Amino acid sequence: MSNYYDDKDLRKFGKITEWSEELGNKFFDYYSEVFKEGALSAREKSLIALAVAHTEQCPYCIDAYTKDGLQKAITKEEMMEAIHVGAAIKSGATLVHGVQMMNKVNKLDL
Amino acid sequence: MAQTSLQKRHSDLAQSNKQLELLSNGIFANGELPTFKEKISETNQFPLKAKKLEILQINVGYMCNQVCEHCHVDAGPDRKEIMTKKTMQECIEVIKNTGAHTLDLTGGAPEMNPNFRWFVEEASKAGIKDFIVRSNLTIIRANKKYYDLPDFFKKHNVHVISSMPHWTRGKTDKQRGDGVFDKSIKALQELNERGYGMPGSDLRLDLVYNPSGAFLPGDQAAMEKDFKKGLMEDFNIQFHNLFAITNLPIARFLDYLIASENYDDYMYALVDAYNPSAVENVMCTNTLSISWDGYLFDCDFNQMLELPVNSKAKHISEYNEELLEGRNITISQHCYGCTAGAGSSCQGTVA
Repeated sequence: MSNYYDDKDLRKFGKITEWSEELGNKFFDYYSEVFKEGALSAREKSLIALAVAHTEQCPYCIDAYTKDGLQKAITKEEMMEAIHVGAAIKSGATLVHGVQMMNKVNKLDL
Repeated sequence: MAQTSLQKRHSDLAQSNKQLELLSNGIFANGELPTFKEKISETNQFPLKAKKLEILQINVGYMCNQVCEHCHVDAGPDRKEIMTKKTMQECIEVIKNTGAHTLDLTGGAPEMNPNFRWFVEEASKAGIKDFIVRSNLTIIRANKKYYDLPDFFKKHNVHVISSMPHWTRGKTDKQRGDGVFDKSIKALQELNERGYGMPGSDLRLDLVYNPSGAFLPGDQAAMEKDFKKGLMEDFNIQFHNLFAITNLPIARFLDYLIASENYDDYMYALVDAYNPSAVENVMCTNTLSISWDGYLFDCDFNQMLELPVNSKAKHISEYNEELLEGRNITISQHCYGCTAGAGSSCQGTVA
């Protein structure tokens, strides 16, 4: 494998059903159902997906949901703010574990 | 931001045969993607045939006060192709006798044709049900001589359809040029003041959304909701419907796709989103496009690619609706732009 990530592979995503049709179809049915307008708008869902794409650091998802955001007329300012929400949770999740470290230090330290 | 047309820049892509060559080579010639003919043949929809004429679209000239990045007409202030009064007179004869329910004037900025007002006055006498003028909005604020256009449109009960790429300044000016957003907002407010676009008003004001880059438009209904909310909250502007239109890979948009290395991906996106039910209602099957010099085309895009109608009647002087009905539509790969997703036409989605 010369490249772990190739942007053209995103187009082949649907092919995962070829090696496990039933599970693959169930996944894609679920996926498309999730992103339909519901209690949240498709626009809000797209921004959540973009933020998660970044916290998951999935280049395919970043590619897909940046384009999806543009298609939904989401502005670049909105996209960047969404990523900051993801980043804040990610860094918060790291820092909140600092309490564990503090607990451990307080227990072990004289 | 482009300042001049491809034609003025002597770009290769100013030539329609170069554009058609490009659209037939590469990924379509090496079998990576099916040609449009192959694709519609899969569902037995080839050849596409013209049905009964519903919309007569007349392009009164390629001159425009704007030089938009995505313009399929390659319009701009430097374009001199303008419909003469003689050709307009021939069009009026056709308009008087057409079975079409909609007359659609486009350009360029149609208002820049020196005989535009005379033409509108004469055409409005024919009593066509829906009389559209595609106005870019900024023309209304471009020069004092255009300031009364909202009143003129109202007087002749013209249905105004205007381009508006976004409800924010940044995205609008990027596609259409600096200052376009502010002028467009002012023009929309003036149209609203005359009753255009107001709930329940017969003075129709619709907006057209074109994506500001190498991506397809989102859901038309959802986008209309966002536009209405954005324009109302920030500017107290109202309008009737939003038409989401896909950018077709021709002229300046094709030039942009190639220069930005987005061409292959964009064509893949169009082909992936191909929707056979959009083919059923694609606008070339109920529309006829007339060029500034009176030639007949299946649509405005074929006009720009100089792909004439497949009929004995090729010019307004030979116009014959019966002869034109049932003609085979001339197609190429740009047609994927009208069949992607929910489809795309000058009246928005079709599927």
